[in-house]
Amino acid sequence: MNWRARLLIFVPYAWLLVFFLVPFGIVLKISLSDIALAIPPYVPTMKDGFWTMITGLDLENYAFIGAGAVFATFALIVLAVGMFQILYPRVRRALIPDARYGIFDSAAVALTALAVAVVNIAVLVAVLSFLFPILSDFVNIPDFLYFAAYLSSLKIALISTFLTLLIGYPIAYGMARSAEHWRPTLLMLVILPFWTSFLIRVYAWMGILSTEGYLNQLLLNIGIISDPLVILNTNVAVYIGIVYTYLPFMVLPIYAALDKMDDSLVEAAEDLGCTTLSAFWLVTAPLSKPGVIAGCFLVFIPTLGEFVIPSLLGGSNTLMIGKVLWEEFFNNRDWPVASAVAVILLLILIIPIVLFQRNQQGDES
Amino acid sequence: MAQPKPDTIFAPWDDPTAKPLIQFKNVTKRFGDFTAIDNLTLDIYAQEFFALLGPSGCGKTTLMRMLGGFETPTEGHIFLDGVDIGPVPPNERPVNMMFQSYALFPHLTVWDNIAFGLKRSDMPKDEIGDRVEKMLKLTQLGKFAKRKPHQISGGQRQRVALARSLAKAPKLLLLDEPLGALDKKLRHETQFELMDIQETTGTTFVIVTHDQEEAMTVASRVAVMVDGTLSQVATPDQIYEAPNSTYVADFIGDVNLIEGVIEVPEKGAAKDAVSIRWSSTETPINATSDLGLAAAATVHFAIRPEKVSISTEKPEADNVMSGKILDIAYLGNISTYHVEVAPGLIIKAQATNVRRMSRRNLTWEDHVYLSWTDTAGVVLTS
Repeated sequence: MNWRARLLIFVPYAWLLVFFLVPFGIVLKISLSDIALAIPPYVPTMKDGFWTMITGLDLENYAFIGAGAVFATFALIVLAVGMFQILYPRVRRALIPDARYGIFDSAAVALTALAVAVVNIAVLVAVLSFLFPILSDFVNIPDFLYFAAYLSSLKIALISTFLTLLIGYPIAYGMARSAEHWRPTLLMLVILPFWTSFLIRVYAWMGILSTEGYLNQLLLNIGIISDPLVILNTNVAVYIGIVYTYLPFMVLPIYAALDKMDDSLVEAAEDLGCTTLSAFWLVTAPLSKPGVIAGCFLVFIPTLGEFVIPSLLGGSNTLMIGKVLWEEFFNNRDWPVASAVAVILLLILIIPIVLFQRNQQGDES
Repeated sequence: MAQPKPDTIFAPWDDPTAKPLIQFKNVTKRFGDFTAIDNLTLDIYAQEFFALLGPSGCGKTTLMRMLGGFETPTEGHIFLDGVDIGPVPPNERPVNMMFQSYALFPHLTVWDNIAFGLKRSDMPKDEIGDRVEKMLKLTQLGKFAKRKPHQISGGQRQRVALARSLAKAPKLLLLDEPLGALDKKLRHETQFELMDIQETTGTTFVIVTHDQEEAMTVASRVAVMVDGTLSQVATPDQIYEAPNSTYVADFIGDVNLIEGVIEVPEKGAAKDAVSIRWSSTETPINATSDLGLAAAATVHFAIRPEKVSISTEKPEADNVMSGKILDIAYLGNISTYHVEVAPGLIIKAQATNVRRMSRRNLTWEDHVYLSWTDTAGVVLTS
């Protein structure tokens, strides 16, 4: 009996091995190689013999793109978020006056929490400054481009996730509140864009947003503007493109969460004295939270490494790591550096992917 | 049924000076072409336990939702304590509702669920705690205060919902099929708990149910609804013993309905005595009625199975019929005998099983006599 279960598990593991681990191993190996004018454009290869190849590998490319600094930054962000998660509820609890304890007890708790926070930060700073001679080498960045691209990608991903949420939530809410017989149609309309190629839809935005495009012509004809707006080849166009492309990924999980919700909960909240707005904040919003979190990750994760939208809609000063990777690979033909960029991007993405998985599991239980 | 009643009995509906808490005045509610409530007028008094009973789709839930403020009447007015509550939104009404699905907030603990309404009111914080504790005690939920709704059983959830809707001490509590999700045994226990709580708190309860037994058990008055109108509004015993239509008689409990024609009264008969000819060959049924029925009027004679006696020897009674047992439904405490008294007419008679099985002598195909007094049944014209 047991071998059947093993066989069943073997299928996805084999899939993972063939289509993820093996390609990843190849990319990892290339990232540890050196650039060369050859085919393939890096040394050493298997032709040099296995042992020579292994000893010829080094971390030069990672040092070149400033992987240490990237990691240090992400470690800091994770640390700060973790610290906030631990401290925030305690401080909040301490700040809300409780009838059972006096104001002095609350103040004492608040001060203790703050003192612990200060001590923690002091200890961290001490450890960091002690390690600084080693770390300064580690975080030293020979070429600032890659580090800036990672940060800029992060910024664009965060902002566009927020914008998508801002637009997606009302859409999902409207869908969930619409009449029963309308919902399949509305759901269909949300999914409909997937019927055409993603590339064609992004190209269509070029036609809309360019200086001679439909948007500018419309606004000029109406007379709202006298000079055409420059939207294409700026970050604004990138945001529009990302929000447009990833909107269904935000709408669908939020819609699923809202649709699952019992309508009588909102009625019960109103019955118990809530206004429509406070019923939303106290009941609907907390109950749709798993959907919101899932939607945010589904938008954030692919956006971070997005390449097509910034290269088509973005300008020369739109810096995104996906675009840098492309240029490194095809324009510079520097496969080792491009591979190193890809490996770091994947390692960065592991954090949100793990968080996403945990959110999904929490939702199920 | 104007029976003399001692003063202590709670019956404000018989007192013309009593002021009703809720008044429906010619209320009509339409959803598109469909009329859910049709020109309905009804008074409900303070501290009543009022049951709205009817088949699904009769408009009872719509009526309740109008009281809660989730629907507004298309025509007519609803008054609560003399105030027209038509334009008042649900969050400003002194009315709370217990939902059929319980509608407990899944992200909040039992304690926070009960405190939810209080936190929205202007009650001081320390009083909220006391009030919640009191509600937990009333519904025996003290142990579960820290749990989330999915961590407690169906019966406990029902009590949380009740505690939450009672916490704000509403003038009126609406219960929408409150016991529908419970199993039969728990439902019976909870019915008595509900009555106890209603008496302790003195709140007016309006309950919607399709379970007639439940309505009869808990309510001080029952309204039988059909197609958006009220068929009869009366106390449970009146509804059962003196239904005003064949619909009500048939809907509540089990009944034998015999169609017939009023005979010309004999000379010297009592004023309220009527005899109903239901077959050209059989003797007419003797009954009483104060409706003043004219001869040749078509009526229905309704009699409850438990008021029909069954015996093997011909008894002395106002009405005696003979027939053959077709079927016996054995329910443990009672048995219902289906007796064919004339081709096509089957009368149900109920007998309490005071003896054990082996000692009883009635069985299938037996020839038996059915009998009842002249006051046992009701004569209905509609």
